[in-house]
Amino acid sequence: MPKNGNNGKPLNVVGKPFRKVDARAKCTGQTKFADDIVLPRMLFCKILRSHLPHALIKNVDVSKALALPGVISIITGKDLPISYGILPVSQDELALCIDKVRFIGDPVAAVAAIDEDVAFDAMNLIEVEYEPLNTISSIEEAILIDDPLIHEYGDAGNVHKKVSLEFGNVEDGFALADLVREDTFFYEGNTHLPMEQHAAVGNFDPDNKLTLWSSTQTPHYVHRALAKVLELPASHIRVIATPNGGGFGGKSDPFNHEVVVCKLSMLTGRPVKVTLTREEVFYCHRGRHPVLMHVKTGVKKDGAITGMHFQTFLDGGAYGSYGVASTFYTGALQTVTYDVPRYKFQGLRAFTNKPPCGPKRGHGTPQPRFGLEVQIDKIAEELKLDPAAMRRANLVKPDTVTANYLRIGSMGLGKCLDKIVEGSGWTDKFSGWDQDNRKLPYGKGIGIACSSYICGAGLPIYWNNMPQSGVQLRLDRQGGVCVMCGSTDIGQGSDSILAYIVAEVLGIDPFDIRVITADTDLTPVDLGSYSSRVTLMTGNAAIQAAERARELLVMAVAEELKVPIENLSLAERRVFDVENPEVGVTFAKAVVLAESKFGTIGTVGSYSPPRSPGRYKGAGVGPSPAYSYSAAIAEVDVDPSTGIVVVERIWIAHDIGKSINPMLVMGQVEGSVYMGLGEVLMEEMVYRANRNVVHKFPSMLEYKSPTTMEMCDVKTYLIEDPDPNGPYGAKEVGQGPLLPVPPAVANAVYDAVGVRIDEVPITPEKVLKALREKAKGRDGRYGPTGIPSVEWPEPLRVLTPAEGGDGKEMPRVAVHS
Amino acid sequence: MSNPTKQKSHIQFALNGEPAEVAFAPHKTLLEVLREDLGLMGTKHGCELGECGTCTVLVNGRAILSCLMLGLDAEGQAVKTIEGMAEGAQLHPLQETFADTGAAQCGYCTPGFLLVAEELLKKDPNPSRDVIKEALSGNLCRCTGYIKIYEAVELAAARMRGEEAELPRESVYGL
Repeated sequence: MPKNGNNGKPLNVVGKPFRKVDARAKCTGQTKFADDIVLPRMLFCKILRSHLPHALIKNVDVSKALALPGVISIITGKDLPISYGILPVSQDELALCIDKVRFIGDPVAAVAAIDEDVAFDAMNLIEVEYEPLNTISSIEEAILIDDPLIHEYGDAGNVHKKVSLEFGNVEDGFALADLVREDTFFYEGNTHLPMEQHAAVGNFDPDNKLTLWSSTQTPHYVHRALAKVLELPASHIRVIATPNGGGFGGKSDPFNHEVVVCKLSMLTGRPVKVTLTREEVFYCHRGRHPVLMHVKTGVKKDGAITGMHFQTFLDGGAYGSYGVASTFYTGALQTVTYDVPRYKFQGLRAFTNKPPCGPKRGHGTPQPRFGLEVQIDKIAEELKLDPAAMRRANLVKPDTVTANYLRIGSMGLGKCLDKIVEGSGWTDKFSGWDQDNRKLPYGKGIGIACSSYICGAGLPIYWNNMPQSGVQLRLDRQGGVCVMCGSTDIGQGSDSILAYIVAEVLGIDPFDIRVITADTDLTPVDLGSYSSRVTLMTGNAAIQAAERARELLVMAVAEELKVPIENLSLAERRVFDVENPEVGVTFAKAVVLAESKFGTIGTVGSYSPPRSPGRYKGAGVGPSPAYSYSAAIAEVDVDPSTGIVVVERIWIAHDIGKSINPMLVMGQVEGSVYMGLGEVLMEEMVYRANRNVVHKFPSMLEYKSPTTMEMCDVKTYLIEDPDPNGPYGAKEVGQGPLLPVPPAVANAVYDAVGVRIDEVPITPEKVLKALREKAKGRDGRYGPTGIPSVEWPEPLRVLTPAEGGDGKEMPRVAVHS
Repeated sequence: MSNPTKQKSHIQFALNGEPAEVAFAPHKTLLEVLREDLGLMGTKHGCELGECGTCTVLVNGRAILSCLMLGLDAEGQAVKTIEGMAEGAQLHPLQETFADTGAAQCGYCTPGFLLVAEELLKKDPNPSRDVIKEALSGNLCRCTGYIKIYEAVELAAARMRGEEAELPRESVYGL
């Protein structure tokens, strides 16, 4: 039973398909996105970006540009010399580069002019003298070459980060196994491609304070970065996140264009707007890391895992961004679906001269999930087991702690598997690993995969003991309720979730509520829309704030009506005696009574996640108050003559805990399936020429993403297994359902035509190559053949809970005993 | 090279059913004129190269990409933007169903989809799912996977035909 539930009372709002509170505005063109903001005397900004992937800046001459009529101000790197970055451990970005540029698209100078055309022309008049440097274009080069260095920090040469962790002894696990498999996989990078290009308006107010409107998912972190870089007191800076026209993780870093418009506004005393071109959005990137993987897994005859050794190699691009967290995430969640009693993880992130990678929907976990789920499929074939049944038999148990100290609460994956296996007619379709006795015709196939995702990160990005989410309520004597929270609506409906939950507790209609969010001056801190944290964390904070308000209302009403407090209920905009429902007052009257008794009515609520049992260095990535679960089956049609893969249908079941609004949950599941489909079939952030650091196609036309013609049919099942830590039992849905899609499609392709494409995206060329290899009697596989040789640090060793471990790493001396 | 003092051009046209006139730099696209010179921010932009469909408006009832049409070419034409879709305070049935089904997630591509769908339903009041897909294939949406958009179009079409239609239960609650 969830701690934050309704104590068995019927729910009036939660679980019902209400319209979103901002739906009308979005369907009438009235939602104000960042680029829709126009202020008097506003200037327009253009940013000059490097056309070289790696070069020293010898000189920047802005004199010709400054002389252009209509140009008001130009700034270069020396105007903004303080570095910043989203993670405290990688403060490696400058708003404008000073000494060197590290990728094509790195910002060098910024113009403010009276209109966008003048700013553009001035930008082209800025003369930059560069001294080109050799580039680092791949993970392999970053490991081998340490001259030139992209950054002066990192774990070794151009290697940004190396991680090595071992929970229990994996070699013991392999010794116990009946089968040990080793496979390599590659997951190509891809980008968020939000429909809205990033935009921001900076305005240094007449009262000597700064306001930034920006399409950001993380106004609180932008606020902190601005205070640092601009050397202003944070109390003099206000960051307002405008509704995001799609985020998917791509608007989660503090960005150079945000810093630049603020600085230009401070210098000119006028509002300054920047709107990135689509090409610039590709250079902002922070998208999915390309990840090369090596997976070694030992299993018993029934598929039970005895040990797993997972190695990942991430191409991080030119800056740190979230990369250290991304690296840990490529190793964190392997243990939360199937029981993995002994687990070793080694991860490496490389700096390369490409746009920086960061968090995209599923942050660091879709890549290893692809490798894990395809390998499980191969194991099932070797053991001659049904891959659905083998997965079902080896699930992690609810209310347990994994080998790497992640605490599992509710766990609905078994139910998810049952639903899709039945709904898809799996047993009538799957080949049973017997190509000679196929049930579907050759070319048609079916594949399965599972996954899990966090419902919010256990720890904030910077160390502190404060809540991760705060909600403030103000009740006015007319019966209006205003909810204020720092959370940011990126389209997922987080504003609506606040209204639904407060309406549920206070017995009013969600549309009676005014929601004010994502404004650092007006709203309590919420850390932002990332790590699928918002419904769980703001939801719990909202319940607390609303229950505190409810308490004041019922105390005042009980006194007025002379009924016991415990008899009072709030519903249908009334506060009434449940034993005598006609005895009661309107909600507005209840507020008047409470305000008369207590003074102005305002309450707050906040949420901090429970402490994780992991105490070892690196234990900060992976813990979450709850884990969502998904399982998917894909049915595909592969044309053996062209290699073209058409995904006809996906059955997906998602363990949501409890739907706050099922229709919005359905939308998130369908959108996740769509994005996973794009990643597995076509989306790739790839580079050409010039040692592979020039973006191949920074445009929407050539960066292929699914249109209506490629999108598959989706059959969705929602599994409600309430989690004790979720508001009303709710878990996340924004990211998790993407994860099983790529491996399910890859496994279906194998079922259809008998070739393994161990690499994403699965393009027709790869399928054809594998089919030709197979026709020649060779291994029908396309994928990476090896991994770079790396000197890994001695792993940090942790005894597992089953071994009696306490969550701390073992002393180093014990390693050599 | 642009010149900030360059003389503006002037056009007269019908905008959302009302006479309009506007002066603007002659190289501007209809998208820029609508947003920057007429303050109609409901028309969005995703690429400004004709790739994404986000900036769709109706010109004489036909869906066009406003980023690929010069403002000057709107002279004498009838242009309809998202701001002109509702009848006064009464939303168009498509706007109602997009709002009710969650077809607008981030809402950025929504104006373009709504106008393309309006044109479709004028031509074909009872389109099949395949016809809807074909009609919407020039518009990208990164949030929804298009499914709630199809359902919103089908629901609006049914209501516009006078049927008392609701979303199937499985579309709201799953199977």
